[in-house]
Amino acid sequence: MLASLFFHLLLLLGLSPLLAGIINRVKAKVGGRRGQPLLQLYFDLAKLFRKRMVISATTTWLFRAGPVVGIVVPLLAALLLPLGPVPAVISFSGDLILFVYLLGLARFFTILAALDTGSSFEGMGAAREATFSILVEPTIFVVFIVLARLAGDFSLNGMFVPVRAGFNTPAGIAMSLAIICLFIVLLAENCRIPFDDPNTHLELTMIHEVMVLDHSGPDLGLILYGAAMKLLLSATLIANLLRPATGSPLLDTLAFLAITLLLAGAVGLVESAMARLRLIRVPQLLIGTSLLSFLALILLLR
Amino acid sequence: MPNLTPFFCYQLALGVLLAGALLPPAAGRHNRLAGILGAAGALTGSALGLAGAGLALLDGGFATAQWSWGSLGLNLCLRLDGLAAFFLVPVFLLVFLGALYATGYLHLPARSYQGARHWFCFNLLALSMALVVGAGDSLLFLLSWELMSLASFFLVIFDLADEGAKRAGWIYLVATHLGTAFLFYMFFEEYRLSGSTEFAALTVLTSLPVAGAALFFLLALLGFGTKAGLFPLHSWLPEAHAAAPSHVSALMSGVMIKTAVYAFLRMVTFLPPLPPWCGLLAAGLGMTGALAGIALASIQNDLKRSLAYSTVENIGLIFLGIGLWLYCRGRGLEVAATLLLAGALLHVWNHALFKSLLFFGAGSLLHATGTREISRMGGLLRRLPVTGGLLLLGAGAIGALPPLNGLISEWLLYLGLLQAGQGSVGGQAFLFMFFVILLAMVGAVVLLTMSRIIGICLLGEPRSPESRVAREAGPAMLTAMTLAALGCLGVGILPGQVVGLLAAPLAVLAPGAMAPNQAGLPFGPAWSAAALLFFLALVALVACRYRWRGVDAGLATWGCGFGKPSPRMSYTAGGYSQLAQETVYCVGLQPTVSGERRQDLFPAAWQWWTELIDPILARGFTPIFARITSLAASGRTIQSGQLSLYFTYFFAATILLLGWAIFS
Repeated sequence: MLASLFFHLLLLLGLSPLLAGIINRVKAKVGGRRGQPLLQLYFDLAKLFRKRMVISATTTWLFRAGPVVGIVVPLLAALLLPLGPVPAVISFSGDLILFVYLLGLARFFTILAALDTGSSFEGMGAAREATFSILVEPTIFVVFIVLARLAGDFSLNGMFVPVRAGFNTPAGIAMSLAIICLFIVLLAENCRIPFDDPNTHLELTMIHEVMVLDHSGPDLGLILYGAAMKLLLSATLIANLLRPATGSPLLDTLAFLAITLLLAGAVGLVESAMARLRLIRVPQLLIGTSLLSFLALILLLR
Repeated sequence: MPNLTPFFCYQLALGVLLAGALLPPAAGRHNRLAGILGAAGALTGSALGLAGAGLALLDGGFATAQWSWGSLGLNLCLRLDGLAAFFLVPVFLLVFLGALYATGYLHLPARSYQGARHWFCFNLLALSMALVVGAGDSLLFLLSWELMSLASFFLVIFDLADEGAKRAGWIYLVATHLGTAFLFYMFFEEYRLSGSTEFAALTVLTSLPVAGAALFFLLALLGFGTKAGLFPLHSWLPEAHAAAPSHVSALMSGVMIKTAVYAFLRMVTFLPPLPPWCGLLAAGLGMTGALAGIALASIQNDLKRSLAYSTVENIGLIFLGIGLWLYCRGRGLEVAATLLLAGALLHVWNHALFKSLLFFGAGSLLHATGTREISRMGGLLRRLPVTGGLLLLGAGAIGALPPLNGLISEWLLYLGLLQAGQGSVGGQAFLFMFFVILLAMVGAVVLLTMSRIIGICLLGEPRSPESRVAREAGPAMLTAMTLAALGCLGVGILPGQVVGLLAAPLAVLAPGAMAPNQAGLPFGPAWSAAALLFFLALVALVACRYRWRGVDAGLATWGCGFGKPSPRMSYTAGGYSQLAQETVYCVGLQPTVSGERRQDLFPAAWQWWTELIDPILARGFTPIFARITSLAASGRTIQSGQLSLYFTYFFAATILLLGWAIFS
């Protein structure tokens, strides 16, 4: 268990900023540019943590609490997840509910920190985050139900195991749909294109970036770090399902890590190939995703 | 005292509460004296009752007492068992907190009858709620039920100068009596079948045929559902709970409507196994109400209305649990049934705790700013730090965020639904899974609603001059809120122990069912330690970060280069929920928009306003009642007011009766 805890923390704290680098590098390559160094986010974080910060006179302690909760919660939530062949640190029946509500806690505090600035911009971002989560949450639960139904287990540790069913069986099709849905949820929850553009600033259609507009210095660093961890967490959900089960822990771990990084590459490709959707289209895509996950559930229950 | 049994404590509490109701009027116009007498009665009475109910819950025993007046044919019966004790605990707890809060909240002139009036009604409400839960026969039940309705009605219209409150009180009075009509019919039928008013004699109902049982079930659902605020019978609730003084709102939202849940459960124990559609009907109404209630809560401009709609949501969740328990039991889904019932029961406690906390907090904000409008507050966390912090905790609890109490009861509901879904196939499995998904959606909208209340009321810049000068609430109000908050935290940190307390009510409702703690719940010492550690670590981390130096403070929020931001530019409550309202919610929940934009060559004044309506009240009940009124008015044509005409009626009626007597 201690080894598992160590691995979880190492992966989350050490590897998470790399994903952002991979995404940016892939985008740059597809766009014909050289792009930033792979480790750019590490440099950014190191710089931000050394800086002082500017804080608005309007804000209260909640403004400072947002980044803290934003980094503590993904760390805790990760402990509930298996990482490849490494089992979850904490696992019990029904921990999927805790997982979802822990992420809800992080969202709640991020939203409040944004509203604490009193700026309309950040209010808009907060409203969007809260609204879109109404449409994302059902999809997450349907996917979890599909996985729980297949695994016969309500713990994330038992649910997120490599796919065994053939892809031409109902279970296999349901699983593929679930993976597609998880990927779309990854894009939505981590504010990637086509839901949100992490690279723009001061665009009226932004969600996450606009919520953290007033954070600076170490607080901004914490937010970026927390966001990177959340991205890693979402990617590991999918990688757990896609990874091969060879039986050799080392091989499995390597394959798991490779798939996680490949998923970052896939995000980069999606971002290169698509433009951000108009805000009004975002709910439609999210509802479509929910329907897709429903299809998976119906296939399974049929 | 030789026999200080829980039941004796309970009876003593009833006596003290009665004294607390009768003494303040003796104080006449001395508001201070009336306040002291009334509060003392309420506080000691509820403390006694809390001790009695708590002890009764722990030992799970059964006690009963009877008073008969043979000459009148009256036979009143009190009884206290595990189920009643379970509901009496929040009743007495909230009466205690409400009375404590009221001592700081009520600001009355030195001499008026208001103090006497308030404490008379308040203690009568407390007494009647305790009697409703402890009643052992239908006569005492109906008497105290009626007393409860009247006492709460007079508390709703406490501020007689407030026209809105009077209208809300009127709607409440009509609604609650329409609901009670079904109850009268139900109890008459029961009396006809059993030949006794006592609940103990109702065991004969278990031999009813299915159709008869379903009839009783429907009557109970209609009658008690109206009082509980079950969708679509909830329309009175947001009106009355918003208009009442805040501690009364807390009492009504927190426990008064739960007495209807209690009575509903009590009725169900007398009925034979019900057809499956009964459970599904209750669950379906509950889930619809949860979704509609929270969606409406998220678009209200009035803070207390928003909280009241959230009560509709929580009652919906409770009925979801109860309905699916009825459906699951006897269908091979016993574990799921127990989990769902346990979730519903625990949610009764949890909702009493966090909703009273939120209503108290809303009262303090109202007290400090003089408005209930969310968009006129703002920046209040800075000005009311303790109230704000406690409100934040209450919002987290209602949002089911770890490590607070809301998560525990929702956990039981989720797990029950998942177990039921896992244990069944086909359409039935899909049904349960669908409920899980809707529950997840409700959870997300609760977060939207709560972040809106906290974010707009407490954060940002003050949006009105009154909010700018708002002051922290007094010690009595803060103590009441802190106690409720500690309850929220306590249930979240010690869920295993609290779920263990459900054994007594479960023994009454589902005899022979397994204890929920054996259903694979993770609520052990490890959970408690982790939850406590998590909470303390979070508080410590935030405190450390807050004290961290290296901050250049004192600047304005960055306004994208705009140098002079004003509070009028900040985000409003309406703006915050607009996106959800327009893209997620169904058309029926949209507010009505009136007025038009003039297209003219020259500028002119024009009006354009939106009106938030309760869709059921505006499109359902109001047209029906208007139709009844117009029908009744058309009957008035035969009443011209001329004496000769009435003599003609007499004459005609006599002739008709004579004819009937002769020819029949």
